[in-house]
Amino acid sequence: MNGMVVVIAAALLMGLGGLGVLLWALSNGQYEDMEGDACRILTDDPADQP
Amino acid sequence: MAALSLSSGDVADDLSRYIHAAAGDERRFEIAIKGARCAGCIAKIEGGVKAIAGVSDARLNLSTGKLSVAWHGDTVQPQGILRRVRDLGYAAQPFEAPALLDADAREGRVLLRCLAVAGFGTVFIMGLTDAVWYGADLSPALREGFFWLAAVVSVPVTFYAGQPFFRSAWSVLRHWRTNMDVPISLALVLALGLSLYQTAQHAQDTYFDAAVMLTFLLLVGRYLDFRLRDRARGAAQHLLAMQSLLARRFKPDGSMETVAARELAPGDRIFLATGERLPVNGTLLARGSEADLSLVTGETLPVALAAGASLQAGSIITGAPATLLVTARVEDSLVADLARLLEAGQQTRNRYVNLAEKAARAYVPLVTGLAALVLAGWLLAGAGMAHAVTNAITVLIITCPCALGLAVPAVQVAATSRLFRKGVFVKSGNALERLAEVDVAIFDKTGTLTLGRPVLENGAAIAPDVLQRAALLARGSRHPLARALADAAGSGPMAANVTEYPGAGLEADGRRLGSAAWCGAGDAGQGSGLWFREGDAPPIHFRFKDQIRPEAKALITGLKARKIAVEMLTGDLAGPAGEIAREAGISLWQSQVSPTDKALHLKSYRARGLRTLMVGDGLNDAGALALAHVSAAPGSATDVSQLAADLVLRGDDLGALIEAVDVARKARRLVLQNFGLAALYNVTAIPMAALGMVSPLVAAATMAGSSLLVTLNALRLVRP
Repeated sequence: MNGMVVVIAAALLMGLGGLGVLLWALSNGQYEDMEGDACRILTDDPADQP
Repeated sequence: MAALSLSSGDVADDLSRYIHAAAGDERRFEIAIKGARCAGCIAKIEGGVKAIAGVSDARLNLSTGKLSVAWHGDTVQPQGILRRVRDLGYAAQPFEAPALLDADAREGRVLLRCLAVAGFGTVFIMGLTDAVWYGADLSPALREGFFWLAAVVSVPVTFYAGQPFFRSAWSVLRHWRTNMDVPISLALVLALGLSLYQTAQHAQDTYFDAAVMLTFLLLVGRYLDFRLRDRARGAAQHLLAMQSLLARRFKPDGSMETVAARELAPGDRIFLATGERLPVNGTLLARGSEADLSLVTGETLPVALAAGASLQAGSIITGAPATLLVTARVEDSLVADLARLLEAGQQTRNRYVNLAEKAARAYVPLVTGLAALVLAGWLLAGAGMAHAVTNAITVLIITCPCALGLAVPAVQVAATSRLFRKGVFVKSGNALERLAEVDVAIFDKTGTLTLGRPVLENGAAIAPDVLQRAALLARGSRHPLARALADAAGSGPMAANVTEYPGAGLEADGRRLGSAAWCGAGDAGQGSGLWFREGDAPPIHFRFKDQIRPEAKALITGLKARKIAVEMLTGDLAGPAGEIAREAGISLWQSQVSPTDKALHLKSYRARGLRTLMVGDGLNDAGALALAHVSAAPGSATDVSQLAADLVLRGDDLGALIEAVDVARKARRLVLQNFGLAALYNVTAIPMAALGMVSPLVAAATMAGSSLLVTLNALRLVRP
């Protein structure tokens, strides 16, 4: 019974945590330009070259 | 219509009003860019702009086509940025986001937040209730604990995430009307209330999961619908930004600044170079010029103007660069009649009742009546009050139009996204429903059925080498006739030392191209056109004529095959109008129709109960576009026409209209099918609910099942 309480509380906290991250990402403009982000992964970043 | 955009960003312009001051001394400048499509474009544009000394950041949003550039202090000239982007080979204009778009963005964010919250609630509560439905060895105390936890989570989640439905339901209930959101809201509230009651009574039949899942599924449909329409509107907005409504205004000290056209006031003096479009009404100062009035009157060939002549907004200067005195603001530049007609059209549109509303009007009384019957039936059968009320509420929950609520948005999402890919932007929500009902299609001539620009007419009669030598000169000019000549000659070199004499013609190496007087042709009575003279040889006359779009005939035939009558209305003279009508295969046409008569013509159709599709591009079509049952404008149309139109076609392919009609008709069929599917589900579910045989698990499963069915049916539209 005690274990159940801990597991449920953990599930609730993890769910709320995930929701919090998603809402933060939304307000932070992470989803503003999905097309552009898909393309950006293809460009070489000169700073990253060895 | 080949409306030439005003090329702001020339050296003399002042773009300071497009620069926003951000935090500290940071400055931001936004540019609408055309033609950026891939990773290479991003790297090229951002790299090129960042290479300008002083620029601290440049970021291109590929979805909206907007480039945002930042720098500090006054280190960077915005003209330099524009010029750099243009040098890279992309069309670019300073961008000013209208307030309307911000409101849309806010609505989208609210929907997305609700969706996220509902998604979280659905997953969490399903975990709890699934344990109850399947977990045989749960102790009653634990089960009740699960229900209370579900209640604590689902009540706030539903009330937060359900606000779009509650708000919409309240807004219509206040006016004693109803829509689909009324039964949805009712079912949500009742499901939560009944579940709380059941939990308090230590009973097992709770609907917490159903309420949250219902909210989630409906929000998915609603958000996708919003997203697509927003994208279509954004794309149309981008088309307009590329056309740009900028003007060059003289400051009191004689220098020029670039301002948005709507900031012009009567009394301002503005400058228009050859090829630029007049954004407001004005009178010509100082000297005469020549103008293309095709957007205003439908007449294709340029008209000569004397100093002091008054010009309407939409005219394009084709002669000498002109200085004009502004006589009216942008909003007053529309003929007063036209503005009134636009408004009247908007009102009739708002009165249109779409299919979902019709369904809701029939549905709400039916379902509430049924619930009342069930309540009375159980009471008469001798059941207790609690039992009877529970069964009546179960009927309301089970009939909650989840599938009905998704039936229309799911189809609309599929239809709009398919048309979006074909280059048709659907701007208003029920435009496709109205398009499916059309009986008569009415076309404007100039710029709609025709290319709206002059094309060389007597090319066959002119020796190819003469044409090529004339093109050497013509390629150096922006005059529409010179451009048409260059187009006819194909690509090739340009003479190095061309001098343009505005209002007269061009000269290089002893060759002259221009007006009859300029080339010494003498008899100017031969009509308009260009003359070309080499040395002392007799001048050669190039004649020009507007030409029908290559796809026009197929379009007209296609519409007729779909049982849509076709008519043409034009402001142009009977001669050229009849010729185009014959070429396009239109037997019903009228010429020299004024803008007001066009609108009245549309009104008469409405009075006769016929549904019209108006297709037009000019200022003179705006009133008719607004009054038509549904309207479409090509992407090159004037801003007013694009605003008034329901559909905007990207690019210049009118043939996409056929596709739009087909998709609209198919969408209508699918919506009706979806209503049928939802009704079928209700017919089987209601008797079970009325007899008290529905468990919450069955309710959740059938609800999700019917929503899935409706969505899958709508997806059939995505693939042709």
